[in-house]
Amino acid sequence: MSDSSRPPGPGAAKVFAVPALLATLTLAGLVVALFDDGLHDVIAWMALGLPVGTIPWALFRARRA
Amino acid sequence: MLSANAIRAWSWLHTWTSLVCTAFLFMLCVTGLPLVFHDEIDAALNPAAWMPANPGHALSLDDLLRRALAARPGEVPLFMSFDEDRPVVNVTTAPRPDAPANTLYLASFDRTSGAPVPRADRGEAVMHFLLQLHTDLFLGLPGMLFLGFMGLVFALALVSGVVLYAPFMRRLEFGALRVTRSPRVKWLDYHNLLGIVSLAWVMVVAVTGVVNTLAEPIIGLWKNTELADLVAAHAGETPPAARSSLDAAVAAARQAAPNMSVQFVAFPGGAFSTARHYAVFLHGNTPLTAHLVTPALVDAASGDFVGLREMPWYCKALALSQPLHFGNYGGLPLKTLWAVLTGITIVVLGSGLYLWVARRSAAPSDVPPLDGDEDASAAHRQASS
Repeated sequence: MSDSSRPPGPGAAKVFAVPALLATLTLAGLVVALFDDGLHDVIAWMALGLPVGTIPWALFRARRA
Repeated sequence: MLSANAIRAWSWLHTWTSLVCTAFLFMLCVTGLPLVFHDEIDAALNPAAWMPANPGHALSLDDLLRRALAARPGEVPLFMSFDEDRPVVNVTTAPRPDAPANTLYLASFDRTSGAPVPRADRGEAVMHFLLQLHTDLFLGLPGMLFLGFMGLVFALALVSGVVLYAPFMRRLEFGALRVTRSPRVKWLDYHNLLGIVSLAWVMVVAVTGVVNTLAEPIIGLWKNTELADLVAAHAGETPPAARSSLDAAVAAARQAAPNMSVQFVAFPGGAFSTARHYAVFLHGNTPLTAHLVTPALVDAASGDFVGLREMPWYCKALALSQPLHFGNYGGLPLKTLWAVLTGITIVVLGSGLYLWVARRSAAPSDVPPLDGDEDASAAHRQASS
């Protein structure tokens, strides 16, 4: 079970690529809405909505498979 | 990637930090959901029937204060606050400046006519109950600090959950849901997906929640350090018998900070002022600065403007952690996302609890390998031990 006994894999970078992107979007959305109303709010809704939107996407994909 | 020992250690940490705080997190999510929509619920339960009597007209603040005091003989004023969306002035009075909170009396007046405004308080008792439970479990400061500690434990559960996400997802694509497998495998995938997608939001709400539990010590620190000179210089004094004009005090504060709005005035002798001063609390006009409050002090005997006292950084951190915890700064869609993410958190908590129970009820040797994924099955086995 040690690292050396396993063929080199894509590792944490691949596992965390999408989660890191979603987390960055979330944080950007949370902060941008603080600065002003109007357009800033709309950007925040999209930035927070996209991570949440991956859930129905994953559910839909799992049902079809 | 993690060694087997490291996975075992992180699993232990994730299991036990989660178990310690899960019951409280359920409570915080369930009470937090309606609190996100506090304004909307109030508005729905109390349809706006009130209209100002003389739109465009405005009575002086001194006049309104006289009316409020005339209705409460023998009492002293503590606060005057201003509604944001209608010309309504609220005056809080009490038998003494240092009277306990349950003896305070709040009355609302039409700024345009001085007529009393009926209280729109239908549903208020329920919301207040939820807020109290959410904030301090009805235990005051110790309850707040306890929930803050639970928030820290929860943050630890989140960090360990992220670390474990790697070995569990090593052979799986992002968003993989093995819905045709055993309930345990299926719910493990749900737990991982919902947990990682909501992670950044949950972490922000958890950390800002912890900061909010420190509100009382933080404000106390401000009063005891940066405002100490003012408070000490007038300690033991009684508030001036004849107060200078309130309108002049508010006008002086506005002039000193032309880009800010007046939130409320604290009268001399109360907890938010000194024995000697009007404290006019001003706030900015963007979602960011609306929570940054700056008191302007005006001598309540002479009417002299003393100055603005900007908040120290730790009070600003407290102030900014409020919108980020409440989600009330980006319109109804942001509140809706707050609610959806709270719902997601409830599912993550519930599935985590289910996975723990399911692992415990199965002997370690019964745990099936997950798709031949040795990392995940090893982590799974170790989590059950």
